Amino acid sequence: MAPVTPALSAKIREKRYARARGTKPHLALEGLSLAVAAGEFVALVGPSGCGKTTLLNIVAGLDQDFAGEVQLAPRPDGHPARVGYVFQEPRLLPWRTVYENIALVLPPHRADATVKDMLRAVGLPNARDLYPPQLSVGMSRRVAIARAFAIQPDLLLMDEPFVSLDHDTVEQLRELLLKLWHARPTTVLFVTHDIREALVLADRLVLLSGAPGHVVADVPVSLARDLRHSGAEIERLRDEILRRHRELIGAAAATTPVE
Amino acid sequence: MSLATAAQRASSWVVASSLMQRIGSVVLFILVWQVAADAIHSRLLPSASAVFVVLIEESLHGPLLFHLGITLARVAAAFVVAMIIGTAIGIVMGRSQTLDALFDSWLVLLLNLPALVIIVLAYVWFGLTEAAAIGAVAVNKIPNTAVTLREGARTLDRNYSDMAASFHLGRWRTLRHVIMPQLYPYVFAAARSGLALVWKIVLIVELLGRSNGVGFEIQLYFQQFDVTRILAYSIAFMVVIQVIEWAIFQPLERRAGRWRP
Repeated sequence: MAPVTPALSAKIREKRYARARGTKPHLALEGLSLAVAAGEFVALVGPSGCGKTTLLNIVAGLDQDFAGEVQLAPRPDGHPARVGYVFQEPRLLPWRTVYENIALVLPPHRADATVKDMLRAVGLPNARDLYPPQLSVGMSRRVAIARAFAIQPDLLLMDEPFVSLDHDTVEQLRELLLKLWHARPTTVLFVTHDIREALVLADRLVLLSGAPGHVVADVPVSLARDLRHSGAEIERLRDEILRRHRELIGAAAATTPVE
Repeated sequence: MSLATAAQRASSWVVASSLMQRIGSVVLFILVWQVAADAIHSRLLPSASAVFVVLIEESLHGPLLFHLGITLARVAAAFVVAMIIGTAIGIVMGRSQTLDALFDSWLVLLLNLPALVIIVLAYVWFGLTEAAAIGAVAVNKIPNTAVTLREGARTLDRNYSDMAASFHLGRWRTLRHVIMPQLYPYVFAAARSGLALVWKIVLIVELLGRSNGVGFEIQLYFQQFDVTRILAYSIAFMVVIQVIEWAIFQPLERRAGRWRP
């Protein structure tokens, strides 16, 4: 069982974006409160534009212009928590090799061993000297995931890391992510608009409303992880969630294939 | 594989043929010069061959290499100072709207200040010293570099900066691995035009207030109306600058761009 100390607790009273002069600022988040236990895999699900990325940027410390507070539990040694971030686009530096991209986020003395280890873990042992423009989209995402895990994060933020990929690649990447997460346990906050994806990956779904975003429901996924390969079970859970939370139908429509 | 080698062969063929064109163009220029000089037959337009003979003679037995070295050292010093200061100013102004608004007019003022005025003022204020000479040249180039780098700093990709911040890369790693690589095209543009500008201004600085260097020698031969030696010195220096471009700038630029597919 996951311990009860929250690894992350966020209370956002309000987050506004300044818009063009003279218009009212856009209210992105309002009254959002979220706690994630250490070792928990939480999926944030909501329609596009509901402020999911905004929330991740606030948690990552990239955006400090908001009213409220975010607390990350410190590491056992008293140092501040380390946060790994997998962005929607891989954001690898195109002018640095795969090796350099990962080594860059590590202290030099353990870069060599860690990069080698991580590249093997994501199935790219021979990619170390390639430049990102030479990688396929799937490979780029693997490197971005390797980079985030390389720092041994206490909290891993993932912002729809598998969008706009073909079905097979997404399946492989999800499997890889779960494998890495089991081997290197950490707290995960995974943003997606795809309820199926959230159900396959997460311990718990946090459903967000449309803008201004706030938590509408908290849905633990009771289905055992080894039973999640069954598409029928996932579909059943998804239908149940959609029945109860009609506001998410917009998001669901975006992920339902056209028939 | 065979496709790749074919492409390589084709591209090396293109390189070779463009090199031949270059050489042909230079040979044509020398030929025109030689013919014109022979036709006019005046002391004021020495032939290409006469200049070449003097060039060899002055290099082997005269002070040409010494003066060339002195001038080159001044060019290098002024160039390095101007690139570092100009780049720093450019990045800061490109990143901060406040500082940009505050100092933009200063840049415009400096850009429009004639090189000669800067040089004369530097000598008047700081004396006929080496530091004044190099400083004056650098001040001529700094606003130019700053404007180019400011343009670059304005195009920096926010996504990479966010990545650097979220992984706590720190200032130095961020500058070296995230910011500078995005600015390299602008640095090279500034360096190219900078070298061309700096060496021309160094000659004026030497002519006005130094007792050695190519500029000083040219002044000397100007007083003697010795056009042959004036041309010999300037050609020697032009060749050196071109070699710097080929042997240093172009390989560096290729290295910085090797990640491009």
